[in-house]
Amino acid sequence: MNDLDYLKLTGFSKLGYKLKKFFTGIPGRLAGALKGLGLWFVKLFRGIGSALADLGSTFVHGDWKTKLSYLVMGFGSCARGQWGRGILFFLFQTVFNLYMVNFGVAYLGKLNTLGTIETYREGRKTVYGDNSFFILLYGVLTLFFVLAFLYTWYMNVKQNRVSEQILKSGKKLKSTKDDLKSLMDEQFHKTLLALPTLGVTVFTILPIFFMILVAFTNFDATHQPPSKLFTWVGWDNFRQLLSSDNASYGNTFSQVLLWTLIWAFFATFLNYFLGMLVAIMINKKGIKLKKMWRTILVMTIAIPQFVSLLYVSKMFAADGLINSFLMRLGWISTPLPFWTDPVWARVTVIVINVWIGIPYLMLIATGILMNIPADLYESARIDGANAFQMYKKITLPYMLFVTGPYLLTSFTGNINNFNVIFLLSGGKPLSLELSGNAGYTDLLITWLYKMTVSDTNYKLAAVMGILVFLVCAVINLIVYNMIPSVKNEEDFQ
Amino acid sequence: MSKKNEIPEVDIVIDEQKGVIREVKQPNLRSKAGHERRVNTGIYILLVLISVIWLAPFVFLVFQSFRSYATEDGGMVAYLLPKQWSLDNYRWLFNDPKSNFLRWYGNTLLIALFCAVIQTVMVLSVSYTLSRLRFKGRKLIMNVVLVLGMFPGFLTMITLYFLLKQLGLTQQGAIPGLILIYVASSGMGYYISKGFFDTIPKSLDESARIDGATRFQVFLKIIMPLAKPIVIYTILMAFMAPWGDYVFASYVAFGSEPNYNVAVGLYRWVNVNDYQGYFTRFCAGGVLVAVPITALFLALQKYYVEGVTGGAVKG
Repeated sequence: MNDLDYLKLTGFSKLGYKLKKFFTGIPGRLAGALKGLGLWFVKLFRGIGSALADLGSTFVHGDWKTKLSYLVMGFGSCARGQWGRGILFFLFQTVFNLYMVNFGVAYLGKLNTLGTIETYREGRKTVYGDNSFFILLYGVLTLFFVLAFLYTWYMNVKQNRVSEQILKSGKKLKSTKDDLKSLMDEQFHKTLLALPTLGVTVFTILPIFFMILVAFTNFDATHQPPSKLFTWVGWDNFRQLLSSDNASYGNTFSQVLLWTLIWAFFATFLNYFLGMLVAIMINKKGIKLKKMWRTILVMTIAIPQFVSLLYVSKMFAADGLINSFLMRLGWISTPLPFWTDPVWARVTVIVINVWIGIPYLMLIATGILMNIPADLYESARIDGANAFQMYKKITLPYMLFVTGPYLLTSFTGNINNFNVIFLLSGGKPLSLELSGNAGYTDLLITWLYKMTVSDTNYKLAAVMGILVFLVCAVINLIVYNMIPSVKNEEDFQ
Repeated sequence: MSKKNEIPEVDIVIDEQKGVIREVKQPNLRSKAGHERRVNTGIYILLVLISVIWLAPFVFLVFQSFRSYATEDGGMVAYLLPKQWSLDNYRWLFNDPKSNFLRWYGNTLLIALFCAVIQTVMVLSVSYTLSRLRFKGRKLIMNVVLVLGMFPGFLTMITLYFLLKQLGLTQQGAIPGLILIYVASSGMGYYISKGFFDTIPKSLDESARIDGATRFQVFLKIIMPLAKPIVIYTILMAFMAPWGDYVFASYVAFGSEPNYNVAVGLYRWVNVNDYQGYFTRFCAGGVLVAVPITALFLALQKYYVEGVTGGAVKG
């Protein structure tokens, strides 16, 4: 279908065509992403291959200083007068060796079993055996350290080769003083990124890697270190969470996943359109006290959510303000089941979330609405368009165009929207129909929290975390490439 | 009005489907003005309604906090206005030996101040580097952060807890422990300030570099003064976030009541303790937390608005 055919379609078939194009495109986009990932790995392995080749040729062609640097890191640098670099390399090697001998090797060796010596009681005394948790944690830490060491070692060798080449061409090497200076200049990015990278590696990457591994163990309430060991179980946990026989969580998981997606959809789009509407109303020509209306809404952003959401949640409780008020008016005789009926609870959290979300969207939309060229509206008015037509043909396409990426992040953000559900309903109402302590308003993320904190079922929590990641990643992959298509010229006509 | 009068009374519209030329009467200008007034009135009514809905819970909260504990108990009641106004609840928060409120408040303030400083430095370093410096691995870093950001935050909670425990930073050491985990990964939230740095013209850096300034001097003397709005925005966000954190704070400080932050302390009053007795005290505590934060926020509203709109546009 070419552009001309498309323009001849009526409104509904246009929509149908777009939807069809969207869904038929999904496999292609996923395949493209997988291909990209594959290419990345190919590139990575090629890089490693050429690094190995470099190592070999440097050793063959290098002088004795270089050759000795293969064993004693930093020797070459020191011998050529670059003391600063040399000493750092040497220190790193010393620390690494000490760590491995005293600590690392022992943990690495036990990583394949996660410990075999059970804790037992000898009379009144407890004799502690292996602690699987620490074996896994320090094992992972050691692996990270080994990788970092290998990379540094490679850099050390490369350093020697580069230095040799520079000396051969008759130039001078950089002194330690020059190195320090360049950290404030050419190498400034290293200075700035050092601390954040360290923080993210230790407090985000390491824990995530650790939890991914936990998903393949039987670490739960009955296998708690230090009194009990846990070990590798392969894909069992995934099977337990996803398969639908009675002993498994499959049915509950699909229900919770479905509700999570419904929730994310409403929380994103309802807030988006209502927030835009409020912004349009406040910004309409002739409306006075614009700043006051805006401030009233913005105040709700400032008040910490645990205060406002807890209070609102209590307002809707069976003995809360709203029910008692309605009962005193005589409109109802029994309390409305805001938090006890599944459907009521789900609608209530979505509605209260609108209350939370509109101020943000109002602010964002205000900023963007002000940027829409006024002459677009002017010419539309001259052509006789009414308010709704102008909204549909000018405001909405412009907003969607500009806020496309925001909608995507806010959708994945809502999948992980812990605070609202946790503080409002806590996942309730619970039900015997759902296993694993899940409730009808539980999102995957709040269910994960329950599994971690109240059930200490870490293995399933880890699996769930991985699945949440996959859901977000797939949505991102599918939608991300769509966003430039919003830029399509015709949407602006 | 002169412009409107120039519009001809009759417009000619070409109807594409029927292929004929139609004449369309312009609507009467006077009735249009009346229509406009009616629309505006409708909008005012809606806006007042919205304001009431948005403000009501907070007004109620303040009312409840002033209810007399001695004569009306501390539970939830079915009426709004206190029968007897008093400062009982506030007095209890400050004076009663059983109340740890001041301690919690101090803890949270301390965490917030430290976060405001360290996190701002982290975020600005990362965003400045990724926005204005070009080096090998820049794209890789951005992709890794994107992927890491898709993992749910609580996944790593127990690992972080045990890491902190090894360092002695849980329970009694919860305050420094919390500061550490809040700021450690904060560099990942660089998007909004990167978007801001992207808008500062590159030619500024270049001309300064030609004049012999190092990159560090460019950062400190040229970009930072221009980045005041985004610096304030980052500080504001970093300062406000710890006040609302319940999950990590309750996990790290588990069981050590003097080391709670306000969110954990107050949450436990209404959800774990017998909330009927503590409800008005919760309200009073909530007011004491909300008022300074809201005042600060409203004072710096301008920067917040710049931040969120910029962030939404650039994604």
